[in-house]
Formats: sequence, C-alpha cells, structure tokens
Amino acid sequence: MITAALSRLLGGTMVLADCDVDAANLELLLSPRLLQTTPFMGMKNAVIDPATCVLCGECEARCRFDAVEWREGTYHISPLRCEGCAVCTQVCPVSAISMQPRQTGEILYSETRRGHLVHARMIPGAGNSGLLVHAVKKTALERDGSCELFLIDGPPGTGCPLISAISGVDAVLVVTEPSVSGLHDLQRVVTVCRQFRPCILVAINRFDLDLEKAGEIEVWCRRENIPLIGKIPFDPAVIASVREGIPVTDAGPAPAAQAIQILAANLEQELKQCGKQR
Amino acid sequence: MKLAVASGKGGTGKSMVAANLAFTLAWTENITLVDCDVEEPNLHLFFSGHEEERDVTVPVPVIDESACNHCGKCSEFCQYGALTVLPDRVLFFPELCHSCGGCTLVCPKGAIHEAPKRIGTLAISHPMPKLKLITGTLDSGSPHAVPVIREAKRVSVRDPEVILDTAPGTSCPVVEAIDGSDFCILVTESTPFGLHDLQLAADVVTKLGIPAGVVINRSDGKDDETIRFCVDHDLEILLTIPFSREIAAIQGKGDLLCRARPEWQKEFAALALKCRALAGVEP
Repeated sequence: MITAALSRLLGGTMVLADCDVDAANLELLLSPRLLQTTPFMGMKNAVIDPATCVLCGECEARCRFDAVEWREGTYHISPLRCEGCAVCTQVCPVSAISMQPRQTGEILYSETRRGHLVHARMIPGAGNSGLLVHAVKKTALERDGSCELFLIDGPPGTGCPLISAISGVDAVLVVTEPSVSGLHDLQRVVTVCRQFRPCILVAINRFDLDLEKAGEIEVWCRRENIPLIGKIPFDPAVIASVREGIPVTDAGPAPAAQAIQILAANLEQELKQCGKQR
Repeated sequence: MKLAVASGKGGTGKSMVAANLAFTLAWTENITLVDCDVEEPNLHLFFSGHEEERDVTVPVPVIDESACNHCGKCSEFCQYGALTVLPDRVLFFPELCHSCGGCTLVCPKGAIHEAPKRIGTLAISHPMPKLKLITGTLDSGSPHAVPVIREAKRVSVRDPEVILDTAPGTSCPVVEAIDGSDFCILVTESTPFGLHDLQLAADVVTKLGIPAGVVINRSDGKDDETIRFCVDHDLEILLTIPFSREIAAIQGKGDLLCRARPEWQKEFAALALKCRALAGVEP
C-alpha cells in the first residue's frame, strides 16, 4: 500500500518491481496494463521413469528432502518437496531419473501511470521464490535500467526472498507497526539489512493504535541512528481506497494520505543524502 | 491433531490466532505450539518462561585440499552453484548450499566430508503447565528457513496436540510447515489484499490435500467478497474477529486477547472444536 502510494508521489523517472512474489499485491492498486508475460523456469526437478525404475529404493534412502514417495507400487518424486539437487540421478543404478525443467511462475511486464511495473505470479506452493525475486529485479534493470528511481516492494521475512530483494539497493525503507511483534521483526530485518550496507529508514504504519509502543520504536530508532521518516495513522480511508483499487493518496485528503505525503517528502530528502554517501 | 495456521498475506493475525488457541486449550489438555515462522518468530513475545535453547545445524561440505586434485566434478554437479573450483583451490559459498550431500558423492578422491554449520536455533519453554512452546529462529543473514522449520516440527512429532504457526506467503517455508497437518486454518482480513492472498493460500492447502477453514480477522463488517469466495470454494468461516482498537492495543503490548478478555476463550474453544470436526479427528 505504501509502495503504491510512494510511486505516485516520488519524482523523476521510475521503474517498479513487486518482489513480494509469494503474494504480489501492487497490481491491485496500480491498475497496470499488461504488456508482456514471460514464463519463469525454477530449479529443475527430478522425474522418475517408471518403465526403467527397478524399485531399489536407493533414491528414497539418499534424498535429504523426503521428496521420494512410495505410492501405488512405485516411486514418485513430489514436486513440492524436490529441491532439484540431482543426488537421486547420481545414485540411481539404472539411470531412471532425469532432471526436467519446470515452470514455477511467470514474470509480467506492465505499464502504470508512473512507469513500468515488473511483477510476477508464482505458482502457489512452488519453491524458489528467491530466484524469482532475482529474475523480477533483473528484468526491471535490463529493461528500464536508465530510470532515476528503482522502487521495489519487498517481501516479509528475513530469508532468501528478502535477501534477494535488498541485495544491491541504495536504501531500504522498513515499514513496521506499533506492537511487540512489529518492533521484534523490525530489529531482525534491520540486522539482516545492515549486512548489505544500504541506508536504512523506518516508517510506522497505524502508529496511533499504540502510542506507547510507537514511542518505544522511535526511541529504538534514535538509539540505532536510523531515521524515522514517517508515522501513518490508522485510517479507514486506507481500506476504502484499497477496495476501490487505488492508493490512498489518490483518494483525497485523508489523514493517512497526508502522512504518506510527508513520508514521501522525507524519503526524497534522505535519498539525496544516501546518494551523497555513495 | 496437527493443526496449522497459515495465510498468504503477512500481518493478518496468524500468530494471534495460534497463540490464543494454544492458550485456551492448554488449560485442559497438553498442547505443543510450534513457531514455524522462523524468519520472524513472534509467539515467544506472548508467553513468558525459561527457554532452553540449542543450535540448528545443517551439514555443509569441507574440502580436504591435500586430497583434492581440483578436477571440478563437485562444482559441475552442484545445482546451486555453491562450489567453484579454481586451479589451486575450491571456493565454497555456504549461503547457496542446500546440504544435499551431492558433492561428497561425486568426488572421485573422497576429498569432501561434511561438517555441521549453524543456521538457527530452537528454543523450548513451558509457559503454562500443559503448554510447550517450540520456537525456531533463523540466524540473521541465513537464507535457508526450511531446515529450521523441519527441525522444529521433528521435535514435536510425537506430541498428540500440535498447533503450528507458519510464515506468510505460499512458497517453500509454508509448504514445509503445513505439510502433514490434519487441518489448516487460513487467517485473512476482509480487504482485496487479504482476499487475493487467501486465494493463493487456499490453492496451496488444496494441492497438499489438507482440509481447511477460514478465520476473518480485523473485520470491519464488509466481508461479502470474502464470504462469497469461501462459499464458492467450500471453505467454512470458522470465526470472525472484529477490528477494534482495544484488541489491537492488547496485542500490541504483547498480551493475548484470551488472557486480557477471558470471554474470548469460548470463541477459541469453539474454533478448535470446529477444526477437529472438519478434520474428522476425535477430541
């Protein structure tokens, strides 16, 4: 929601990437016009040829991901569990297993009012979301690398999709909430981000739901020398605008919209600073 | 019964549902609550108690340079690009390694063995007499959540009543956490984001063949689209929790709805009964 609003408010030429590929939502707010779809091939998966298989069970014994299943008198590889390591092809005495390419999603290239949007649809349950994040970013840089701003909507968490999304960026804006969970997750994300040395900035969403916790987050940011550049109030106008399929900043002068405008102005200032440091 | 709590979207209230269910049920029966959201585990914030912690490790290759002849077979085989063989040494990139053991199998000189590498921790506590909390935590900067989830589940495998809180999303960490469950609660909120991501999560549980139902959280009463989706997809709405600043503040402070407002315990007890009935499990 904040990324969508920022895309409207930040100046200059821009390319957008929705790197929350597990649950991509930017398209719900930016009414993109789809220009091109490209299939995304994830890791290859092992496939057993039942005609050649002698049912020795060596693959099942050696697979560390429990991907080999015994079903209806024969062995199968579960595509949900297979991590594509190919150990089974190595240990199969009769070469009954081969690695087959598999489509695990698609990359979409679209046009929005504020520039091109690269987004993705991952087949639910498919692995490799970190790889897909990388492919989304690569597509954006290849096609629109000359833009002044590359705005990425990141995934939650601290694992491979997040690491893939933040690697190589100049600045990370971490959006948190005023709760014990919000502060705890913020601290974890910041620890991971610091390993990549970008400028780190924080905004608190729905900050007025717990002013005390919001204050605690503010104190923590100050102590860690992280600029807190936005505080967005809880505002029913946000949900209303999401239901309309537009960023809240397009919907008129709601309190949350005003707060995001201030956030955008602060962000532009900070980005100039980040640029100088680099 | 193994009961998973999942959602496509982050921040819908999975942990809240899992924690309140466990808190309510643990007055009368032994409950194991497993935090499988190892990238951002939160359940321990709602329960106090002494934690026993231990490391979660994965096997990674160690190259014996004196035996290695730099033939490059390991690097050729590794599907993840975790090994690069130079004319005089082998470079290993642990963050790319999936610990499959393939390199040790293909090395013609037997120059590769495996050694454990820490990627996270497991903490076990007993915040209530009948409640065991298992928290998996991924080390920061480690990309591989799945082995930590697998270990957290392995520790609880013999426990009769297990509630698993999963990561948001629909990719490998979610599949790993909910696979093998008897039932899955999908937590959503009644926004287009919530609905969009509920559809993806419902798709995952269908693929895994796990029966599921829906909890609508932070409802502002405009749930028509979510209700329609659930009716169309044969998903029962098990509980609707309204949006209220009071509930938000209770959780914000690290308290539990059912602890601060005990009248909610009967709602969560009813939720558990519905899940058991739909999963076909005797209480």
